[in-house]
Formats: sequence, C-alpha cells, structure tokens
Amino acid sequence: MFKIAVASGKGGTGKTFVSTNLYQTFIEYGINAVLTDCDAEEPNAASFFKTELIESKQVTQKVPQIDSSKCLFCGKCQDWCAYNAILIIKERGLSRVMEELCHGCGACSVACENGAITEKEMLLGEVINFSDNSGCKIVEGRLKVGVYTPVPVLKRAINSTYADLAIFDSPPGTSCPFIHTVNASDYVILVTEPTPFGLNDLKLSVEILQKMGRPFSVIINRAGLGNRVVHDYLKRENIELIMEIPFDKEIASAYSKGKLAVSGRPLLAAKFSSLARKLTDKIGGIAL
Amino acid sequence: MINELAVISGKGGTGKSSITAAFATISENRVVLADCDVDAANLHIIMEPEIEFTEVYISGEKAKIDHQICKNCGVCQDYCRFDAITFTEGKYSIDEISCDGCKLCERVCPVKAISMEKSDKSRMHSGNFRNGKMVYGRLEPGEENSGKLVAMVRNRCREIAGQEQIDTILIDSPPGIGCAVISSISGVNYVLIVTEPSMSALSDLERTLQLLEGFSLEKGVAINKHDLSPELTERIIDFCNSKGVGIVGKIPFNPEVVEAMINSKSIVEWNPLSNVSKEIVKIWENITK
Ligand code: SF4
Ligand code: SF4
Ligand code: SF4
Ligand code: SF4
Repeated sequence: MFKIAVASGKGGTGKTFVSTNLYQTFIEYGINAVLTDCDAEEPNAASFFKTELIESKQVTQKVPQIDSSKCLFCGKCQDWCAYNAILIIKERGLSRVMEELCHGCGACSVACENGAITEKEMLLGEVINFSDNSGCKIVEGRLKVGVYTPVPVLKRAINSTYADLAIFDSPPGTSCPFIHTVNASDYVILVTEPTPFGLNDLKLSVEILQKMGRPFSVIINRAGLGNRVVHDYLKRENIELIMEIPFDKEIASAYSKGKLAVSGRPLLAAKFSSLARKLTDKIGGIAL
Repeated sequence: MINELAVISGKGGTGKSSITAAFATISENRVVLADCDVDAANLHIIMEPEIEFTEVYISGEKAKIDHQICKNCGVCQDYCRFDAITFTEGKYSIDEISCDGCKLCERVCPVKAISMEKSDKSRMHSGNFRNGKMVYGRLEPGEENSGKLVAMVRNRCREIAGQEQIDTILIDSPPGIGCAVISSISGVNYVLIVTEPSMSALSDLERTLQLLEGFSLEKGVAINKHDLSPELTERIIDFCNSKGVGIVGKIPFNPEVVEAMINSKSIVEWNPLSNVSKEIVKIWENITK
C-alpha cells in the first residue's frame, strides 16, 4: 500500500479540499483507494461523500485506579509519574489520579509495591469506517472532546486502513499529530496559500520534512489571492510545485456547501487528473 | 483589572489571526498581544515586533540508550507502551518520534543504560510592537506539550500587563479542541469564536461549543466571509440561536485583507474605511463595552 499525506502548516489552506477531490479522482480511475481523515480534532472529510457507516471502534487508553484500602501513601507512584497525573497527600489520606493528565504509560503500576494500583480503560475517541457506493472506504479518527492528544486515535485510524492507495488528510500544524501522520506515509503533499502567512507555515513544514527525509511537493491553493512570495521561495529552494488551484468564488462556495468541487467542473477535474497522474508516476505499481 | 480576550476558531484559516491583528491595532490604548498558536505563530509577520527577551521552553524529554552499557536484554521494550523501542541490526534503540518521555524504560533498565535528554529547542519571545507588547511561542516542529507553552505565554502576558499597566490582553488561540486550546481560554473574560460559512466550519463550531460548555465563559460568534455563502451563514445563525450563543458580527469577504497582510498591516491600518474594518470595529466595541 502506498500512502500519501496531504498536509499543511496551518489549517484552512485547503488540505481537506485537496484530499477529498484527489480521492474522488483516484476512485473514478478505478483505483482501490481509501481516504483516512487523520485530523481527529476536527474531522470532516467524510461529510463530502454519500457514505454509509460500516463500523465504529472505540479507542481507549489505560488509566490507573488506586485502591485506598491497600495504599500506604508512600508517594512512589507520584514520583514515577512524568505527567503530574497522580496526587498523594499522606496527611489527608488522599490518593487521586487526574485522568485528563494521564498518558497511560503504566509507570505507576510498576512503581507501586503494595498492589494498590489496577488499571481500567478510558475512552479517547473512535475510529469510524464508512463506505461510499463505489465500494471504497473512508476512515475517520474522531477525538472525544476534552482529551489531551489526538495521537493515539489518529495512529489507530492510520492502522485500520487497507487498500492499494491511502490518502491521509493530515492534522494541521507541525507538532506531534502532524509528525505521526507524515511518519506513516511514503509521500507528502503540502498545501499552502500564496501569502506571507502561508509562506511562514510552509517553511516550517518543509524544514521538518527535509529532516525526516520524506519526499514531498507543494500545491498552491487560492492562487491569485496574494503575491509571489511562495512561488519565489519554491523556485529558490528547488521544490516541486505540483499543482496550482486558482481562487474562484464559485469553487469556494461549492466546497462550503460540502460538495466535491471536481464533480461537474471539467477544468478542475482535469487539473486533479493531472495531479493523480503525476503522483502515480512517482509511486510506480499503480497505473491509471 | 486586566481584561483577557481570546479569539478562537475550531478550524484554521477562518481569518482568526487577521481579526486579532485588527483588534490589536484599533484602539489607542496599548494591548498585550499573545500569539498562542505556538504551532504556527503568524501574528509576528503583521506586527513585526522588536524582540526584547527570548527564553528556552523545555517541551519534554526523550529517552536515549547508551550502547556501551546496554546488555541487549530487551526489558525496556517490554515495558514501553508507546512502541518506541525498536530492535534492529542487533541493538535496541529509541524511536524519537514515538517516545512519549514517560521515563519508565530509564527506571526499569537493570544496568542503567538509559538516560533522558531534554527537548530544549522551543522558544518564547517577548517584545514591543507598534501598539503595545507582544509575546509569542515557537514550538519546535514535532514537539509536544503545546498546552504548557501556551500557559507560559499567557503568564508572561499577565506579568507584562501588570508591569506596564496595560489592561487588555488579546489572545490568538491555536486551532482544534485539544489541550493547547483549553490552555489558551481557561480563565479569560471573553471568547470570540470566528467561523466561516461552510459545512466543515459548522461541524467544527459544534465541537468548539461542546468544548466551551465545560467552561462558564462569556462568548460570541463572528461569521467571517459571510457573503461567500448566505445559505450557510443562515444555518450558522440558526445553529447559534439554538445553542443560545449570540452572533456579534458578520464580516464580508474582501481581498483587501490579504493585501493588508502582504504589507505587514492589519486591515484597520491598511484601509480603515473598508467594509471589513468597519465591521471589525463594531465587533470590538460590542465585545469590550
Ligand atoms: S505507590 Fe502504591 S502504595 Fe504508594 S502511594 Fe502510590 S498507590 Fe499508594
Ligand atoms: S499511567 Fe503513567 S501517566 Fe498515568 S498516572 Fe500512571 S504514571 Fe502517570
Ligand atoms: S521514555 Fe517511555 S515512551 Fe520513551 S522509550 Fe522510554 S518507556 Fe518508551
Ligand atoms: S533494558 Fe537496558 S540493558 Fe536492557 S535492552 Fe533496554 S537499554 Fe539495554
């Protein structure tokens, strides 16, 4: 399976726009593809398709619980917790686990010599499988509101993906959720806008992809609504500009209504076909 | 009293930073501006602050194995719950991307071959901009705990506001609903939620309001680029009404916002007479009165 991550340093550049339309293009070529929405904090790729829910799997994490009848309030578990998720106050006979801070590392259970700690499962979110009428799959990671990190949920979403080709709609930013998604992929497409904000975020993403040694190229979205700073930067750094999508109020409006922009727009569809072809040339093993 | 105001948006790209920049340059009164989008800080591009202080932020730790000491017993791998210890080419090593910094391997290694190394590449900058003081964080790509860096930025802002006798702190929050967002809004006086008329933004708005339910904060919604889809603007208004959240303004789409950004100006500085500037000023007066 070949995995392509569609990412961008900041949100709202058109990452979901690109991944949904690219997925649709591959599907129309008859490729066995899956679209995985890794933006578990704000998933919405599936809403662009007529889908049927197949199954939803819960993603959980272990959290400790302390049996106060066995606890001697020695404080060792608190010392071993690197995330300040345990509070022991001997004088008050208090032993408390702050579940929202717990990463489920298991250190406290190893620390406790008095058998006072057992573990239970805590819900982090879910991974939802959808199918569309062409039989292809959309997988969505969905973080439960209030959970500290989307990483376990998105990792599970990535791992429940099976097809010849996977497209990951990556989380925004350049911190761990982005890194985990990119780390699981073979090729990265960075989507940016031709503005100083876009350039600033693009540079950060490029820096990290170069460090990780991932091959990538760039899409400039809303071309025409800004200046040439991004174009100049790409030229200077010798980075491939794989597609430009002009700003078009009508496309923006179709997208905003949750419609796939390639449907009924031959010009745009041709652009996405050419993108799909360029990508399959890079991949090998998949022919359109 | 210091008034803290956070500008958030479930999804990125709604124009949150451009609106915050406009707020920061509206009033003659100086403000302390906090760019809490530590993962993709952008406001400094418009504000061009003169940096006075730079501090190191320790985002966490990563384990490291000393192969001179390691006996290849594999105990550490059995204990690590983050699949961060791999065995390749005859030796155990730590995968930095997966390591969560829990220190358990360091504690269980029978020969003390593992030590923890601090991740110290993230920074917090503070300084002057043309209408007050500004603090912003820069999280090193790939590092975590952005919530803690956000808290550090906010603490510094309060300190500065006290010293300089500035009574308004303006916070540009990160996108999403995770710990960084929570950290950027806890204890503020007002939260402005910026959204735009699209299906995706609407579903993000639902999740954002769900998150805010846990906090008793005064809040309002501004719809940016409302004229790009009058139909969805109506739906957002209906949705907000059903949730009892007020709409404080509707900002039209105008390419001048991008022009202003290119020239390192906020829209109210670039063209105070534009329809966008007028609406933003109205919102500002509305939420600060
Ligand atoms: S290590 Fe065990 S006995 Fe000691 S305080 Fe923690 S739970 Fe109680
Ligand atoms: S499992 Fe790890 S993070 Fe959770 S309380 Fe125990 S030591 Fe702390
Ligand atoms: S510090 Fe924790 S997460 Fe990192 S390698 Fe050691 S056990 Fe695994
Ligand atoms: S537990 Fe220590 S000695 Fe054993 S493999 Fe790990 S690092 Fe090496």
